[in-house]
Amino acid sequence: MRGERLVKAIILLASIIVLLIAAGMVLSLMTGSIPAFKEFGIKFIFSSDWIPTEGRERYGALPFISGTLLTSVVALIICLPLSFSVSVFLGEYFKGTKLAAVIGSMVNLLAGIPSIVYGLWGFYVLRPVIVNLGLSSQGFGIFTSALILAVMIIPYASSLSNEVISMVPVQLKEAAYSLGATRREVIFAVIIPSASSGIIASYILALGRALGETMAVTMLIGNANIIPKGLFSMGNTMASVIANQFGEAEGLKLSSLIAIGLLLFIITGIVNYIGKAIMKRLQ
Amino acid sequence: MKMKKLSLIITIASAVIILVSCKTGTQPADTGKKVTITAAGATFPMPYYNQVFEMYTKNTGILVTYGGIGSGGGIRSLSDKVVDFGATDAYLTDDKIKEMPADIVHIPTCLGAVVIAYNLPGIDELKLTEDLLEKIFMGEITNWNDPAIKANNEGLVLPDKNTLVVHRSDGSGTTFIFSDYMSKISPLWAEKVGAGKSLNWPAGIGAKGNPGVAGTISQTEGAIGYIGSEYAFAQKIQIAKVRNSSGNYIAPSVESISAAAKGAIPDDTRAMITNTDDPEGYPISGFTWLILYKEQSYDRRSKAQATETLNLLNWIISPEAQEVTQKVNYSPLPDEVVEKAKNILKSVTYKGEILMK
Repeated sequence: MRGERLVKAIILLASIIVLLIAAGMVLSLMTGSIPAFKEFGIKFIFSSDWIPTEGRERYGALPFISGTLLTSVVALIICLPLSFSVSVFLGEYFKGTKLAAVIGSMVNLLAGIPSIVYGLWGFYVLRPVIVNLGLSSQGFGIFTSALILAVMIIPYASSLSNEVISMVPVQLKEAAYSLGATRREVIFAVIIPSASSGIIASYILALGRALGETMAVTMLIGNANIIPKGLFSMGNTMASVIANQFGEAEGLKLSSLIAIGLLLFIITGIVNYIGKAIMKRLQ
Repeated sequence: MKMKKLSLIITIASAVIILVSCKTGTQPADTGKKVTITAAGATFPMPYYNQVFEMYTKNTGILVTYGGIGSGGGIRSLSDKVVDFGATDAYLTDDKIKEMPADIVHIPTCLGAVVIAYNLPGIDELKLTEDLLEKIFMGEITNWNDPAIKANNEGLVLPDKNTLVVHRSDGSGTTFIFSDYMSKISPLWAEKVGAGKSLNWPAGIGAKGNPGVAGTISQTEGAIGYIGSEYAFAQKIQIAKVRNSSGNYIAPSVESISAAAKGAIPDDTRAMITNTDDPEGYPISGFTWLILYKEQSYDRRSKAQATETLNLLNWIISPEAQEVTQKVNYSPLPDEVVEKAKNILKSVTYKGEILMK
C-alpha cells in the first residue's frame, strides 16, 4: 500500500513540475514583453519597423511573423507530396519489405541530422544550385529556406502518417478489393479517409517543427528585416531574429525580442489548436 | 521490499541534493581555497583572451574562465555580479555607467579593426574612399563597373557584376565600430542608419558572426562586407584599402591599427578611435575593454579574489601578454595607453584601500 501511494505521489509531483515549468515560461515571456507592448501597443504586431539605433528605437514584429509563416507554409507545401508518397510507400505498397525498412530508417535518420548540418549543406550545396538555375541572383531567401525546411520536416510528417496508414484494418482494405477496387482506388478511397486524422496530425507536427526552426533558416534566409516581397525575396523569421540578436540586446530591444518569442509561442499554440479541431471533425 | 529500497534511494538522493544546495549557499572562505576568476563578454577579443588566460593559468595556477557571450552579455553579467569582470567592445556611456549597481572602470586590452572584405577574382588592389563606402553600403552603387568605383581605381578592370552587401545579422561590436566610422564620414549614414551594435540596414543580407559574413563573401562573387580584423587576417580573403582622414589609402595591419590609437585618448580610455587623425592609421580601428567595479568589496567578495583579479588585469597589459596580440591577429596597445590603463588599475579599491601599488 505504501508503495502504491509513493508511486502516485512521484507521478503527481512530476506532472506538477512539468506544468509549473510551462506556466513559468509563459509567465516570464509575458512579463518580459510588457515593456515592448507598453511602448508600441498592439501596433507592435502590425508594424514593419525594426530600428535598433539608439535614440530612435522602434520595433515591430510583422516582418518576422510574415517570414515565419511564409517559410513554414511553403515548406509544408513542398514537403507534402514527398512525405505523403513516402508514407504510402512504407505503410502500404512495400509494407514489411526490406526496401521499406531501409527507406524507413533513412527517413528517420533525416530527423537526427543536426540543423546546423542542414544549414551548411543548404549554404554550400543548395544555394549555388539555386543561383545556377537562375532563380535568384545570390540564392538567399524565403524559397531556399523553405526548401531546406521541407527536407527537415519530412521525417516528422511521414513517420506518424505511415504508422497510421499501416494501421488501417486489413478487413476494410480487403472488402474494397473484393468489390473490384484497384490499389490506387483503395489508397485514395479507403486508406486516406480512414487515416486522415492521423495524417493531418503528422503534418501539424511537421508545421510546428518548421515554425520553430532556427539555425538552418538563419544561414539561408538572408536575415533582412523586411516583409518578404515574394518567394525569392530575402526575409527573416521569428526564431532566427531572436537567436541572432538576443546576445547583444538590452532594454526595449530585449523586451521586443521576448515579445516575438511570446508571439511565436501563441502562433504555435494556434496551429496546434487548429490541427486538433480538424482532427476532431474528421474523427 | 522493492518499494522500501526505492524509498531509501529517494531519501538518499534528496539528502544529497539538499546537501549540495547548502554547500553553494555557504560563504566563500577567505583562506586556504584557491581563487578562480570568472569573466564573460565580447567575442571579438576571445582568441586573445583564451590564449593569455591559458598562459596565466599555466604561470600562476589560478584558473581563469572566459565565456564569449557577447558584449551585452558581459555587461549584464557584471551588473548581475556573477563575474569578476566583463568584457565589451563598446565602452559604456556615462548614462549606462549610472545604470550599473556601482561605479565601474574600463581597462583597454588590445586593438582590433574592421576590414572591408570583398570577392572579385583577380582584383586585389581595391581602393575605397569615404564616398564609395557610403554609396556601396547604402545600396546606391549596385554594380562593380559603376563609374565612381572605376574613377577611383584606375588600371583595374572591374566586372559587370552586382554588388552584394553582407552585414552581420547578430548584434556585434564589429558592427558598432563599422557604423561609428560610417556615421563620422557620412552625414547621410548618420541620419538614415546611425551607429549601433545592430542596425536597420538599407541594403544587403545578414549573416551570423564573422565566420558567417566571411563565408558568404567568399562564396559569392561580387559580395562586399565588413569583418573583424582578427578573423579576416586568418583567412585568405580580399581586403580593400581605405582612405583615411589624411587622404592616404591604408591597408589594415598590426602597425596601421596600433597607429590609429596614437591620437589623444582620454584618461579613462573611453574613446572611439575610428577616422583617426594619424596619417598612417587605419581609419576603422577600435579598442576592446575589460570592465570591473571600482570598489571591489561587494557581495561578500574576498580580498584575495579582488587582488587576484587585479593581478590578472595588470598582467594582460604587461609586455609579456601584449606580445601575444600579434600572434592572434590583434594589435598591441601603444605605450601611452598602457600607462593610462595602469593608472586606472591603481584607482581600484577594496574597502577604500588601493590594491595596486
